[in-house]
Amino acid sequence: MKKKTITNLIIHLILAILVVIWVLPIIWIVLISFREEQGAYTTTFLPTAYTIDNYVRLFKERDVFNFPLWFANTFIVSCFSCVIATFYTLAVSYSMSRMRFKMRKPFMNIALILGMFPGFMSMIAVYYILKGVGLTDGYLKLVALVLVYSGGAGLGFYVAKGFFDTIPKAIDEAAYIDGCTRWQIFTKITIPLSRPIIVQTVLSAFMAPWVDFIFAKVITGGEPKYYTVAIGLWNMLTKENITQYYTRFAAGAVIVSIPIAILFMKMQSCYMESNAGAVKG
Amino acid sequence: MKANKNKIKEFQTEYTVINGLTKGDVFTKLSAVILGAGNFARKEFVKGILFLLTEVIFIAVMAVFGAHSLAMLPSLGTKETGEVFNEAAGVYEYVQGDNSMLILLYGVITFFLIGAFIIVWRAAIKSAYKAQCKKERGEVIPTFRQEIRTYFDTNLHKTLLFLPVMGILIFTIMPLIFMISMAFTNYDRDHQPPGKLFDWVGLVNFGKVLDFTSDLGKTFWPVLGWTIVWAIFATFLNYIFGMVLALVINRKETKFKSFWRFGFVLSIAVPSFVTLLIMNQMLQPNGAINVLLRQIGLIGMHDSLPFLTNVTWARVTVIVINLWVGIPYTMLTMTGILQNIPSDLYEAAKIDGANAMTIFWKITIPYMLFVTAPSLITTFVGNINNFNVIYLLTGGAPSTMSYYKMTAGKTDLLVTWLYKLTIENKDYSFGAVIGILVFVITATSSLIVYRRTAAYKNEEGFQ
Repeated sequence: MKKKTITNLIIHLILAILVVIWVLPIIWIVLISFREEQGAYTTTFLPTAYTIDNYVRLFKERDVFNFPLWFANTFIVSCFSCVIATFYTLAVSYSMSRMRFKMRKPFMNIALILGMFPGFMSMIAVYYILKGVGLTDGYLKLVALVLVYSGGAGLGFYVAKGFFDTIPKAIDEAAYIDGCTRWQIFTKITIPLSRPIIVQTVLSAFMAPWVDFIFAKVITGGEPKYYTVAIGLWNMLTKENITQYYTRFAAGAVIVSIPIAILFMKMQSCYMESNAGAVKG
Repeated sequence: MKANKNKIKEFQTEYTVINGLTKGDVFTKLSAVILGAGNFARKEFVKGILFLLTEVIFIAVMAVFGAHSLAMLPSLGTKETGEVFNEAAGVYEYVQGDNSMLILLYGVITFFLIGAFIIVWRAAIKSAYKAQCKKERGEVIPTFRQEIRTYFDTNLHKTLLFLPVMGILIFTIMPLIFMISMAFTNYDRDHQPPGKLFDWVGLVNFGKVLDFTSDLGKTFWPVLGWTIVWAIFATFLNYIFGMVLALVINRKETKFKSFWRFGFVLSIAVPSFVTLLIMNQMLQPNGAINVLLRQIGLIGMHDSLPFLTNVTWARVTVIVINLWVGIPYTMLTMTGILQNIPSDLYEAAKIDGANAMTIFWKITIPYMLFVTAPSLITTFVGNINNFNVIYLLTGGAPSTMSYYKMTAGKTDLLVTWLYKLTIENKDYSFGAVIGILVFVITATSSLIVYRRTAAYKNEEGFQ
């Protein structure tokens, strides 16, 4: 009995140490965002004095790095691409799960094969195609970003399809006999029954523009006006800017991370919910 | 094989293109030349007009744009941009030459247009033949309105899939084909349109990359080696530690379960570009970690540990940091699976008199391995293509003179090298070759493992 208590104590102690290691960088960045001393490298691990100046300047000094504008850009791109991507994902998932047609199996195989190419191998080609259509000038860059983030969404149907598969087909059949069309079944039965998976799809689509910086970097090019937050913050850490903007980077990172972290947690709980349903069903 | 035959039967229909062309009457056959002719003959005017309109537009587009693009495709342009002596005016004039990149792009787009037209063409013949058959049998030909209605019912998948498939075609498949075709050209930093032309070179680029003695080969093989070492370490260490962590937190005796989970999940809830960039700063020679070590007195006041500057250190560091990133994810999925182990398995074991240890080793662990083993390959492929961790954490550094034109560093994976080659150095042809090779590697490794796990599944299924 006593041996067990000691084991338990040790395990809890190890867990505590691990959690500290895992959370430390996050706490550290919050501390940096309040650090009075500027510059990237300091001689002490913890800041010596604290201030909220970094946040104030992040929003006030907008001539070089316009954080509020980036935030707005990202938000707009996120909203649109979220709506489109969610529709694409759900439409494909439903078709793959419920409809039976000749191209179903080939489509799923093609999706599998496409997933094996490095995602951004084609990025530069996407850029040239968008440029060819004229979508890389001015504010159309944001439209281009929306298209890029949502365009391939149809390929990410696996999770939602898995969920739809667990909704009993008997419900569909009952509705069909009662005279529902497939469209009505999709909108009036399947969708209301799929809340967790829809929330999850919406959230992951919404979060993509906030955390991606590869596509954003290529498409926005060198024009800070059209940056998303990720690419803007990344630019604050280049060699020329880091000394001046390091603490402001931290402040910006904190502001972006809070909503994203909350959404992520929400998404995780939905994921658990939908998974639980999947296995039980 | 048997399943395959059944599948073919399942979707069999008499309204095929071949039947239409062989058994169709004159109007149906005419549809092959003038789309919609068959539909007009059966008074399906809206459909007929739509088909005809598509054909007219297609011919117009081909005449204005497509034919020229196709004609230029084999040569990829012949006129170089430059100054040409204008004899009439007696001066040198700047003449815009051909742009090989645009020619290639338009060529690819034209192929897609032709493909799309073939689909419409087939649909037109099928539709004409269907209308003919129905008329011969005296059935009612559905009105256009009725036909539209089927697109929200039995044909719903066509409506639902149209836009997503267009998205995939335009933003995934077309760029991919464009990029793959670049692998067979010499579109590198020395052949940049619009100033210079590039040309088809066949398999030369593949030879250069795979050749052990060439500049590119001397980069490709070491980078490939490191990519595989990285993927193996990143995948298995994450898997093992993540599983152990999930098991430990899930123990009956462990208190504050949700608190621990929250702590770990918090670290991945923050966008990875933030945490990785911060890590990069912390691990610099004068970064926070070294400062902390100096303050504690573990290293001298002016010493620093070469986390990201020494090759071996940097490689170990990225693997360790990747553990930091990856373990919470593994822990989350593992927890989900742990909590879903069917309780009847446990109950049966208890009735048979198994103790906690036996249950753990004979049920929990085998179940976990069984359920998660297939996901290992997905993780492995994901790690081969793990761009973020390397690019944000080290940027490929430390750099080395021994790699091709210093485009890659010692911690660069094939994907980050691909990125640097294309985006930063404009060596598109070599970038494309590497992309194709990465695909070959991931596809073969997935294929091998899928076949193995399928066999494994049949041998001892858990459910």
